[in-house]
Amino acid sequence: MSPLLFEAASRNSYILGQTTFLDFGKIAPNIPYILGGALVTLQFTILSAVFGFSLAIVLSILKISKFKPLRWFADIYTSVFRGTPLILQLALVYFATPQLIGYAIPPLQAGVITFALNSAAYSSETIRGGILAVDKGQREAAQTLGVKYPMMMKDIILPQAFKNILPALVNDSIALLKDSALVSTVGALDLMRRGQVVAAEKFIYFEPLIFVGIVYYVLVMGLTFFAQNLETRMRRSD
Amino acid sequence: MIRVEFLTKSFGKLDVLKDISTEIKDGEVIAIIGPSGSGKSTFLRCLNLLEVPTRGRVYIDEIEVTDPKVDIQKVRQNVGMVFQHFNLFPHKTVLQNLTYAPVCVKGLSKQAAEEKAMELLERVDLEEKADVFPSRLSGGQKQRVAIVRALAMEPAYMLFDEPTSALDPEMVKEVLDVMKNLAKTGITMAIVTHEMGFARDVADRVLFLDSGTVAEDAPPDVFFSTPKSARAQQFLEKVL
Repeated sequence: MSPLLFEAASRNSYILGQTTFLDFGKIAPNIPYILGGALVTLQFTILSAVFGFSLAIVLSILKISKFKPLRWFADIYTSVFRGTPLILQLALVYFATPQLIGYAIPPLQAGVITFALNSAAYSSETIRGGILAVDKGQREAAQTLGVKYPMMMKDIILPQAFKNILPALVNDSIALLKDSALVSTVGALDLMRRGQVVAAEKFIYFEPLIFVGIVYYVLVMGLTFFAQNLETRMRRSD
Repeated sequence: MIRVEFLTKSFGKLDVLKDISTEIKDGEVIAIIGPSGSGKSTFLRCLNLLEVPTRGRVYIDEIEVTDPKVDIQKVRQNVGMVFQHFNLFPHKTVLQNLTYAPVCVKGLSKQAAEEKAMELLERVDLEEKADVFPSRLSGGQKQRVAIVRALAMEPAYMLFDEPTSALDPEMVKEVLDVMKNLAKTGITMAIVTHEMGFARDVADRVLFLDSGTVAEDAPPDVFFSTPKSARAQQFLEKVL
């Protein structure tokens, strides 16, 4: 084959569906743009995790409350958010909110609200399990020292519960990080969306999507590493 | 003074305590003994409302703790409790175990609480363990820490729920010695125990419980030498 013919063949290879070597050089100029998406994804995950986690603690405490209506509320909440698709919840918040209250909610805000509400439903179950697994004697010891319920939860029960459920919570936040790719469906320029933008612009798919995949993987590894350190530090009392 | 009137506790259909009435005077040390299942622990746990009595009343310093309107956490500050399984806070160091409640409940400064805690740890020969976590302690050491943790709140009453039952035999004495010394300080103590020798030496009064009733209430020398009830005689034959 003459060099000229080869070049022509490789240029058309995507269209013709022929196999080609990956050439990341083609997306080199777009890499900063895609990496900017990683920041968006991180920002989004951290915000959702913080709000979701706080809400999850409140829900888990409602779930073990002696007051039945509070328990019912938390149980219904969990069942609704676990029982419907996340992408549907996102669409409702993003597309239906403006219709309801006339406020054009930005994609990122819609995403954080949806994901915080959704992940709280899952994490609250994890935390509830963690609280129930703390030895009953701990609660009694705190009570007999005159410690009031909120302080007991904050200083005695929850720290021990978190130590035990940390691996499960890390799972929850990894899921959150990856699920955050769903915000690309409402137009937020996150990591996933930027990969797609580059792909569409250059008409090449393998390179940008695989690059995006690698960045997600690195982010998840970073999170895992951070969690392992945290766990080692929390286990120093064992 | 702790006053108990017609105390009844039922778990479902099972009556664990039946109409118990008694008093524990200030400075008195009482040993509560009896066969397993007689309601000893439940009786003790009703005094500070860890178990809510089904019927009857409990007064501590003339405050009716069984009254739902009473701030029970306030009353409990004055009633320390030591458990069979220690229940130290595993995520806090020994020192933090001792200072937590005085700081968080009584509002003591951290420094004052720590000074007090070190004093107490010295009293039980554990000052060098101040900064270790409970997992590093032996059972006897844990229980001594648990005792001074309760004492850090400076309670007028101390309840002991089988404090030596979970210990290896060679560690029982170190805990009993601490309790003996404590009894001499004039604090009011109620002790559920299987240590008959200890009950005889330290208690001012023995309550013998049998199937939810006080079968015998006597000074230890009387109880151990001439028990009145047949049930107590049987029990003593087996354990002595």
